[in-house]
Amino acid sequence: MSLLRVSKRAELPQGRVALIRTAAVLLSLAAAAAALAAFGLNPLDIYGAIVEGAFGTGMRARQTVIKAVPLIITSLGILVAFKMKFWNIGGEGQIMAGAFAAAYVALYHGDLPRPLLLPLMALAGMAMGGVWALIPGLFKAKLGTNETIFTLMMNYIAIKFVEYLQFGPWKDPEAGGFPKIAIFPENAVLPNILGVHAGWVVALAAVAAVHLFMNHTKKGFEISVVGESAETARYAGMNITGVIVAAMLASGGLCGLTGMIQASAIDKTLGVGLSANYGFTAIITAWLARLNAVALLFVCVAFAVLLQGSAYIQLAMKVPAAVAGVVQGIILFFVLGSEFFLQYKVSRKGRV
Amino acid sequence: MESFLIAAVAASTPLIFATLGELVTEKSGSLNLGVEGMMLMGAVVGFMAGFNTGSPAAALLGAMAAGAGGALLFAFLTVSLRANQVVTGLTLTIFGKGFASFLGQPMLGLVEPKSVAAFFSKKGIPFLEDIPFFGPIFFKQDVMVYAGYALTALLAVYMFKTKLGLNMRATGENTAAADASGVNVTAHKYAHVIFGGALCGLGGAYLALVEVPVWQSDVVVGRGWIAVALVIFASWRPVKAFAVSLVFGGLSILGLRMQSLGLHISQYLVDMLPYLATIAIVVVSAYRNRKGDLPPGDLSVPYFREER
Repeated sequence: MSLLRVSKRAELPQGRVALIRTAAVLLSLAAAAAALAAFGLNPLDIYGAIVEGAFGTGMRARQTVIKAVPLIITSLGILVAFKMKFWNIGGEGQIMAGAFAAAYVALYHGDLPRPLLLPLMALAGMAMGGVWALIPGLFKAKLGTNETIFTLMMNYIAIKFVEYLQFGPWKDPEAGGFPKIAIFPENAVLPNILGVHAGWVVALAAVAAVHLFMNHTKKGFEISVVGESAETARYAGMNITGVIVAAMLASGGLCGLTGMIQASAIDKTLGVGLSANYGFTAIITAWLARLNAVALLFVCVAFAVLLQGSAYIQLAMKVPAAVAGVVQGIILFFVLGSEFFLQYKVSRKGRV
Repeated sequence: MESFLIAAVAASTPLIFATLGELVTEKSGSLNLGVEGMMLMGAVVGFMAGFNTGSPAAALLGAMAAGAGGALLFAFLTVSLRANQVVTGLTLTIFGKGFASFLGQPMLGLVEPKSVAAFFSKKGIPFLEDIPFFGPIFFKQDVMVYAGYALTALLAVYMFKTKLGLNMRATGENTAAADASGVNVTAHKYAHVIFGGALCGLGGAYLALVEVPVWQSDVVVGRGWIAVALVIFASWRPVKAFAVSLVFGGLSILGLRMQSLGLHISQYLVDMLPYLATIAIVVVSAYRNRKGDLPPGDLSVPYFREER
């Protein structure tokens, strides 16, 4: 530190900001490449295979979209909470809670006509996901409890509960002793639109809805203000508890919706693997998108490419799909680090 | 009962290491939420080193290096580059998970060599193990359990009885004041974050080397997060941290025990207990925080000298 001097810099022009961020992402890909090479893998082959695996055939491209859908909707949920500086890392549990409620409707009221059943499942999923997020939200509002740990513990509780159902009361008697929950009736499965299940339409609508909500409604504005400073919000006469309730219902509700979509369209039942880490990946995507709903759409598609491509290289090249997790982490590390260069200037001593 | 308590002490050991690691980190002013990730990194590297060399020392060193490496990344980003600590810690957890499953996938189901297992087998301490009741529970354990006792005592002395410990606490309480009085705050933050990470790595390694010496995909399953909660519950005091870790060690094996006693409660519901109890303690801690017992004053506040 002695040879270098760090000082605050004035606001940078938009172009420079974009340049620094792009450089950070490119550098992170280079660093990930170096890490892959260190494990004896050829990074160019891997990157090539990821793209190939994500777009190579129509089927793979559809798989990429299918992976983008839950990521987009969950990330939107995380976005709403993070805007309020409420560190909701309970996406996994909220997805599970939503999937549970949707599965309850599907399994016990599966004889309802589809146009009624599917919206009912979605509503139940959103309500349950919302409640799952609201519990830590209320404790935060009333007692100032640490929401990071609370929401995370709610993940394990939701997963254990689904495990309990799967091995206990909801175990399918027709599965020959195999611990699984019954497959949903036909009516409870989302139909396809243009070759991919209808979740993609829901995801696009959710991007628009969250964008409008955060930027053009009073509640959305209040969420941002509470995030900036609870003091300011209180001074301005906002009902902070009310804002937290609204934000957490929206945040958990979106995650719950993801749970309903995954249960209905992908698994066609409820199972412990359903949340598939989307709740955690969404933290990265929401942050990379700088909590902007439109940017989030693009980041999530890019990450879906990474996820689908990694699933493909596991099959094609016998490289563990977990490589995606490593690359995601590296990208976010670089982007986090790059923020420093947007705010501060490093110069040699004596030449400021 | 006695066998349950013996198992509970062993089950609490990874929590003790991780909780003390995070405690030191937080006392020096950094909130590193990457505990879960550093434990996983320690677990996978420790297992790998032990498996390939057959040397317990290599396994422990590898685990410490992995945890410390993750923590170094955190320190560089948050101390030098002043990145948001919450998000950086979360990223470290996500990265650690990916890192562990990537490195661990080819090792799934592999068993740790005998030389390593023998080193971590239970060995009684002469005389102490003969104390009625307490002897077998506390002094007929493996070396890591004893290391946990020693570490707790050493940290308590270091933090509250030495000058270095005082400087470290000053850095965490009021970074600007510590800086002004000549403490090298950057060095203190780096050193304690990295030391804390090494301890988390050891905690993870215990799970992979001692508790179940077979590599599994996710050995940590939330213990890192429980450790973060225990630090708060222990009001940032090492001896208290040791005590609450013991309780949670017991809770974490309750499900298995109740089954073997023939109690007909679903194992999955009993398995929720440590997580429910963790929620209970964050709530209790928050309630208590209103009457003193506060976290270090400058916890998770990035420090920039020119903004003083």
